[in-house]
Amino acid sequence: MSRNPIEDKTAVVGIGWTEITRRSGVSVLSLAAEACLAAIGDAGLTPKDVDGLVEYQANDSVGALELADVLGVPAVNWYTDIRGGGDHAVSSVALAAMAVSSGACDTCVVYRALNGRSGHRFGAAKPSTMGGRDQWVLPYGYMVPPQWFAMWARTHMARYGTTHEQLGAIAVNQRRNATMNPRAVFQKPISMEDYLSSRWINEPFHIYDCTVEVDAACAVVVTSAERAQALRHKPVYIKGFAMGSFGRPSWEQWADMTEMYSKHVGEMLWRRTGLTAKDIDVAEVYDCFTYSMMCQLEDYGFCAKGEGGPFVASGAIALEGEIPVNTHGGLLSEGYIHGLNHSCEAVSQLRGDAGQRQVRGAQTALVTSGAGILGGGIVYHTK
Amino acid sequence: MPKPVPAPSELTKPFWDAVDSRRLVIQRCQGCRRYHHPPVELCAKCLSSDLAFEPVSGRGSIYSFTITHDARQPAFAEIQPYTVAVVELEEQPGLYMLSNIPGVPTGDVKSGMPVEVTFEEVVPGRFIPQFQPSRRR
Ligand SMILES: [Zn+2]
Repeated sequence: MSRNPIEDKTAVVGIGWTEITRRSGVSVLSLAAEACLAAIGDAGLTPKDVDGLVEYQANDSVGALELADVLGVPAVNWYTDIRGGGDHAVSSVALAAMAVSSGACDTCVVYRALNGRSGHRFGAAKPSTMGGRDQWVLPYGYMVPPQWFAMWARTHMARYGTTHEQLGAIAVNQRRNATMNPRAVFQKPISMEDYLSSRWINEPFHIYDCTVEVDAACAVVVTSAERAQALRHKPVYIKGFAMGSFGRPSWEQWADMTEMYSKHVGEMLWRRTGLTAKDIDVAEVYDCFTYSMMCQLEDYGFCAKGEGGPFVASGAIALEGEIPVNTHGGLLSEGYIHGLNHSCEAVSQLRGDAGQRQVRGAQTALVTSGAGILGGGIVYHTK
Repeated sequence: MPKPVPAPSELTKPFWDAVDSRRLVIQRCQGCRRYHHPPVELCAKCLSSDLAFEPVSGRGSIYSFTITHDARQPAFAEIQPYTVAVVELEEQPGLYMLSNIPGVPTGDVKSGMPVEVTFEEVVPGRFIPQFQPSRRR
């Protein structure tokens, strides 16, 4: 049994970005405002039409009410500030869809803004009290996500024989996609040789297995399906979403590190939407690291568990493959706007606006966010 | 540059006190006999709060590992590359502890490798458990 009362009740009607750089030279507030105004303008609306805002951050961004004031939103009927990680790239859009479909607000802007390179860097360890979780990990020099995900990736390599070349196929393919994306922070192609000879960060991860921290913001505008029909773009409907986890919420105590949150969330998402991986035309899958993406492909059912390596190396994930993945270059090559850029790209693809990297005839897209112990997935489609 | 030293809480103090006297103890539910690490306030299996620290063998195997080449903290930057491993203790499937594998060249570490506990003095009188290849055959 599963219910999906929000199905097609809301749509994404606008998307916007700032430039993606390594040093913005401006405040996060300025980035947030620019991306939101771009998204609102893309929808053919003005800030006077907005009455809801959602944002997520890791104490590195600007709150919804502060931004609303700067944008000139006359009154806020509903807002949420989320403190958390990449798992909220999907749940923030889902919250907007719930707020609009429930009547809490009519038109909701979702944004993520950060000076992720020139300001606080995700790859940097935080000051510690050496209590809590820190006491079990910091004495061992285990501090940052690239270590946690490398640890998980190794279990997959040990059990299923996944190779460096297979992880490399993801990095090379996504960089190829980024060469067709004028926004991407990295647009120069890389070869498998470049990948294999690049420096280690945390084995089994080379530098090209890791996302690139950037300064940027992006935003999406969600409104009701009825209203969406009167706006300038083809509406991109929100079909359904799922988020959650299972088991022990610990990076070190997760029982089977060859599977992620997505083993549970994937099943729930397909049950709720009545779809399967076979119905998806394009997938933007959260890729803080190559392995995060590969493991989720298995968990969401694009291939069987353990076959992610051969699957990604077969060309299946290429633009012309059976399931194009991370068509914008992903977090690995477009840049780490903490995953909300995946939804922007999915909307571009479903509108047919993706230029050189357009997946022909794409009507249904999966976007996932988060990886490891927690995350979510959302399905967008056009009619 | 010394490594960071754990700051025990009331809950975790018995573990670290034992480690400082070179003994490995793991918290165990006295109701259902399940081991818990890191220590918990309530048994997630049976909800008992009757929990006590018991000595364990210190033997296990490497569940997974990563080799760090890019540490930014001076204490670790000066010893890299170094191994961080998840060790599965033999007392219970899925009973994991984080560790380094000092004394084994990073290229020789393998998943599944049998290991046993040893203790590293990080500052005078303060130890952390570490694992080394098992000497038993
Ligand atoms: Zn118990």
